[in-house]
Amino acid sequence: MAVTCENLIFGRGTFRLAADWSLPSGASLALIGPSGAGKSLFLGGLAGFDVRHGGQLRIDGADVTDAAPQDRPLTLMFQDHNLFPHLSAFQNVALGVDPGLRLNDAAKAEVTAALAQVELPDMSARYPSELSGGQQSRVALARALIRRRPLLLLDEPFSALGPGLRREMLALVETIRGQQNCTLIFVTHSPEDAKTADFVSFVHDGSVAKPVAAQALFDDPPATLQEYL
Amino acid sequence: MKTTLSFAVALLGSVAAHAQDKPELIVYTYDSFVSDWGPGPGVEAAFEENCGCDLKLIAVGDGAGILSRLKLEGGRTDADVVLGLDTNLTADAAASGLIAPHGITGAFDMPIAWDDPNFLPYDWGYFAFVYDETKVADVPSSFEELITSDLEIVIQDPRSSTPGLGLLMWVEAAYGADAARIWEGLSPKIATVTKGWDEAYGMFLEGEVDMVLSYTTSPSYHIIAEEDLSKKAAAFDEGHYMQVEVAGMVEGSDQPELAKSFLEFMISDGFQSIIPTTNWMYPVVQPEGGLPDAFAKPVADDKALLIPANEASGIRDAALAEWIRVLSK
Amino acid sequence: MLACLALLVFGSLIAVISRADWPIALGPGDWAAVRFTLLQSVISALLSVVLAIPVARALSRRQFFGRGFLMVALGAPFILPVIVAVFGLLAIWGRSGLFSDVLGLVGLGRVDIYGFPGVVLAHVFFNLPLATRLILQGWVSIPAEHFRLSAQLGFSAWDEFRCLEIPMLRQVIPGALVLVFILCMTSFATVLALGGGPKATSVELAIYAALRFDFDLGRAAVLALVQVILSGGAAILLLSAGRPVDLGQGLGGARRVWRQGGRGIDSFVICTAALFLLMPMGAIVLRGVGGLVGILDVRLMEALWMSLQITALSTLLAVGGAIGIASLAARSSRGWLIEVTSTMVLVVSPFVLGTGLFIIINPWLDPFAMALPVTAVVNAALSLPFCVRVLVPALQQVERNYGRLGTSLGLSGWDRTRLMLWPALRRPLGFATGLSAALSMGDLGVIALFAPVDGATLPLLMYRLMGAYQMDAAAGVALVLVAVSFGLFAAFDRGGQLGRHL
Repeated sequence: MAVTCENLIFGRGTFRLAADWSLPSGASLALIGPSGAGKSLFLGGLAGFDVRHGGQLRIDGADVTDAAPQDRPLTLMFQDHNLFPHLSAFQNVALGVDPGLRLNDAAKAEVTAALAQVELPDMSARYPSELSGGQQSRVALARALIRRRPLLLLDEPFSALGPGLRREMLALVETIRGQQNCTLIFVTHSPEDAKTADFVSFVHDGSVAKPVAAQALFDDPPATLQEYL
Repeated sequence: MKTTLSFAVALLGSVAAHAQDKPELIVYTYDSFVSDWGPGPGVEAAFEENCGCDLKLIAVGDGAGILSRLKLEGGRTDADVVLGLDTNLTADAAASGLIAPHGITGAFDMPIAWDDPNFLPYDWGYFAFVYDETKVADVPSSFEELITSDLEIVIQDPRSSTPGLGLLMWVEAAYGADAARIWEGLSPKIATVTKGWDEAYGMFLEGEVDMVLSYTTSPSYHIIAEEDLSKKAAAFDEGHYMQVEVAGMVEGSDQPELAKSFLEFMISDGFQSIIPTTNWMYPVVQPEGGLPDAFAKPVADDKALLIPANEASGIRDAALAEWIRVLSK
Repeated sequence: MLACLALLVFGSLIAVISRADWPIALGPGDWAAVRFTLLQSVISALLSVVLAIPVARALSRRQFFGRGFLMVALGAPFILPVIVAVFGLLAIWGRSGLFSDVLGLVGLGRVDIYGFPGVVLAHVFFNLPLATRLILQGWVSIPAEHFRLSAQLGFSAWDEFRCLEIPMLRQVIPGALVLVFILCMTSFATVLALGGGPKATSVELAIYAALRFDFDLGRAAVLALVQVILSGGAAILLLSAGRPVDLGQGLGGARRVWRQGGRGIDSFVICTAALFLLMPMGAIVLRGVGGLVGILDVRLMEALWMSLQITALSTLLAVGGAIGIASLAARSSRGWLIEVTSTMVLVVSPFVLGTGLFIIINPWLDPFAMALPVTAVVNAALSLPFCVRVLVPALQQVERNYGRLGTSLGLSGWDRTRLMLWPALRRPLGFATGLSAALSMGDLGVIALFAPVDGATLPLLMYRLMGAYQMDAAAGVALVLVAVSFGLFAAFDRGGQLGRHL
């Protein structure tokens, strides 16, 4: 199992969010649910930013319950502010190799290759303000690519893009997932996007429901989900 | 000064090093004494000619500021001599224990006798209100007349300035118990109270006020230095308070011999002849060439007012409190 | 860092209390000082803020040639050395100044600037721009849509004022009033130069006089306590009035005005305010150029060197301390830290700190030999709250926006500082450093208390020259002082804006 939540409880203020399930390695999981239900809190908790009030978290068999955010085998893409505006596209990606930007020639070649793979081969010297929204997302994805973490978390990083561009990005994510065989958990508001995932979890009433196969869930949604949809 | 010295050392090498070998005599005095047109430059040159020393005249504000400064610095002071106190402050200064007896005797050409063991006089004069006769038509001849006039005056703060303190004692000597009434009358006439004499006199010269508290000898300056006959000192019927400016040796000075020789020089002709036309006061010893005509005395000796030093101290504190009370209304 | 500041503040306070004459009794002169302090502060604050309302309103409505320049000029009095500004004001409003000459031409008497009117005039000169900036921020914060709506509904000027502008003013004005009140209450150099005698003495000046003129430590300590009580009360007022101040904030351009009319009044208001602010500054430059030749001597160089030493040390202390306190305050939810530091420094005025330090140092060392470090420390303590206020929002913003990204990428320690914090802080840090340096350069406060006999800072040299009525030389020094102060501010401020930032 890639991601195992054992009686996990995350909290922000007085709000509590529970999860108790596992997700198989290499699978993709869509989190859907009303605003404020705790989808972002869950990803923040998995990434080690939000406070844990109990339970255990294992990723690829390793207990990372108390690991620092940077030591967890995952990459989290935020809703916004995924790039440092004062660093070039190349530097932003290079942070994924070395947070001090100390790169040898091989590493530099690796960064260039990652930018080429997200179809931004000539943009490495540009700064985020000189890139379109889609191009900025590609830079962030290139960094995720280069970090090679087995778990990728997306907290709606493409929500500011148009529907076409968003699907393009999700397709790119799928390609990366295919290459690196990583597990994916993403937040979405669109049932269409959710249907592309292997599993779906409905987040409501203070808990992240056990993931169920996407097809089965949307064919026969429970009452609460139906209401939301 | 230290920066200048080190700069000079780097620049001039051995010359400066030689200069530093000389003993240093540090004299605290008031601002106008050391200014380019004051007695300072002449006195310094004349004394250094023979003493084989470096005389440093340091201005620390107006006269009364010298004593405060000395008290503030206490036993740590670098000063060897203080020059510029007057008889209203000598008792206080002596009581502070910071002044050493001078052990010098001399005969002085003043309307009063001198026997202070701690201080020696170097000049004297009468306080007076100075005006420009082209601008002021009705010149008051007493405090009472000044009060009823429509003139604006500038005076100095008695806490920081010896002329300011002199005026306080003048009113006290002339009116005694009635002094508060005089101050109440003067209060609306006072444009401002400055911290020092320079500032007040400057304001007068710029035409910002009609009269300034200064000396009967101030017009002498305008006559001799500027050939300007328009400045006059108003003669007051109450008489004029005297100021006797004095100097003393600082207790614990590291140059007691040099300090004493400076005081001896101070009452000699080399110093005394410089005083009239630089400090614009009467010398305590008649210079060999006599006094210029412009120094003709406007105040008869029997109109001279002076509260003896040993009484001045006690009177000063009460008068000052009264002055603050009246003027802060 | 905070502990050092607390030690400085409370150490001085305890020293002051220990030396105060018991039982505490105020003489008539002291009461007069309290009355004068309160009265001139109240009048100055009222005048500054009330006059600032039409100016801010006109500026918010009108776009005109030179508006940008005027906005910069509005910031100038804040870093203009007080003694220089006083000099400029005297050149215009003094008895032999321009205004008196004009009055003389039409046969009227001369104006009397010394004492109460002069102190109030100078304080309005300093604080009118500050109040204008604060109120202008209020005007800018009213959404443009509201004005569009009021235009559509055919509001008259009065309707608009009543419905949109009065509610905003009600929020902004109490804070502005209290802030100006406090600044006037602790002002020293203005009262030193323009006040005079017991009639126009503030508590700060009385502390100075007690120490310098009377050498009366006990009375100085009593007066220092009085000042602590006064400013403590004012600080409580400030905390309850809410704080409107954010000096680093931009003020934007003028909004569009739909309703016609009022242009004449606005033009008049803007021109009058501009003349009031710019004429003294112009006078400083004009007279200064003439006075420059006479003063290029070793005295000026020494004073410049001493000022630069103090400025370097105090800026280093202030900015270093501010970074420490700001990172502490920004990282945790301890927003009260900022309030505490600002309030602490407000309650102990420069002269309370100075008196305390004097009492502490005096038994051990020559306080006059310590003039340089003492002045630097006091100056640093005074500009520290400003620096903290400028740095905290920047730090909070970078942590909020990029903190998690940085952490998830493993940016920590030196790399985090170098790649994330420094780019975000460079601009506000440049502003804070420039501000702190300019304030320290132009300060004539405790140095007047501790000044060594044979040395002076530039402001003190200038004050002494004015005291000796060498106005031309003073004008020359004024120009040098202004050039250095503004130069330091501009250099650091621009320096902070170089390159890309976060």
